[in-house]
Amino acid sequence: MSAELPTQDEIESRYTKLGREAEEGGYHLNPDREFTKNLVRGLLVNEKRYGYPSCPCRISFGIREEDRDIICPCDYRDPDLDQYNACYCALYVSEDVLKKHLSVGSIPERRPTRSERKAAAVKKSGPLNDTELLYPVWRCRVCGYLCARESPPLVCPVCKATKDRFERFI
Amino acid sequence: MNQMKMEHVPGKVKGTITLFALSTCGWCAKTKALLHELGVDHYYVFVDLLPPEELEEAIREVEKFNPHGSFPTLVINNGTRVIIGFKEQEIREALG
Repeated sequence: MSAELPTQDEIESRYTKLGREAEEGGYHLNPDREFTKNLVRGLLVNEKRYGYPSCPCRISFGIREEDRDIICPCDYRDPDLDQYNACYCALYVSEDVLKKHLSVGSIPERRPTRSERKAAAVKKSGPLNDTELLYPVWRCRVCGYLCARESPPLVCPVCKATKDRFERFI
Repeated sequence: MNQMKMEHVPGKVKGTITLFALSTCGWCAKTKALLHELGVDHYYVFVDLLPPEELEEAIREVEKFNPHGSFPTLVINNGTRVIIGFKEQEIREALG
């Protein structure tokens, strides 16, 4: 499968943007610049290939509905930051990594296996009970941000995840 | 192993060593560099660069050794030993 490769300028500018957005939201990029820029390159490759920046360390079939949980930042970033001080690909690291100069490594895969994901998708398809709320409550699956409104925001104001990463919470 | 196109890197023969990797992944790159540094004879494939019709088969192959189908997956001697993720010490001990 071939696609146009990202240019050095594209990599630099996405790296800067992701770094700024991370800091604004209380997150941090991996301080190993070379390693991190290589991951940003991978994200851009995936974005060109699939139309969305899926995790550079996970395989994709290019079907957005099946990959929503691994579009960067992935659903597993925050629990992995909590437990391992880094996300799966190590694009993001915890504050402790910066402050205490901890080194980060390859961590176990938190994403369920393909067969587990298929089983979960079947189980989940029922509608939620309507309650007497004025508005439904939406939850960002990446960072947990909650908002009560007719539909989720286009982009999560905290972690910048897109609208389709929200789930109905109440 | 199968029809999947593998790149062969000649070197010291320490068994049949196959690395399933992604071209975009940082840990895969480190694993590949480590195999190079160790100078061991091995095969590797960047699964994300395979033609779409070969992808399913390649992932099934990885899942045989690693149910998560995650990368990098290093398969030694047809699965006698499987190292998942960039485990530098483990790889050095197994192949150094």
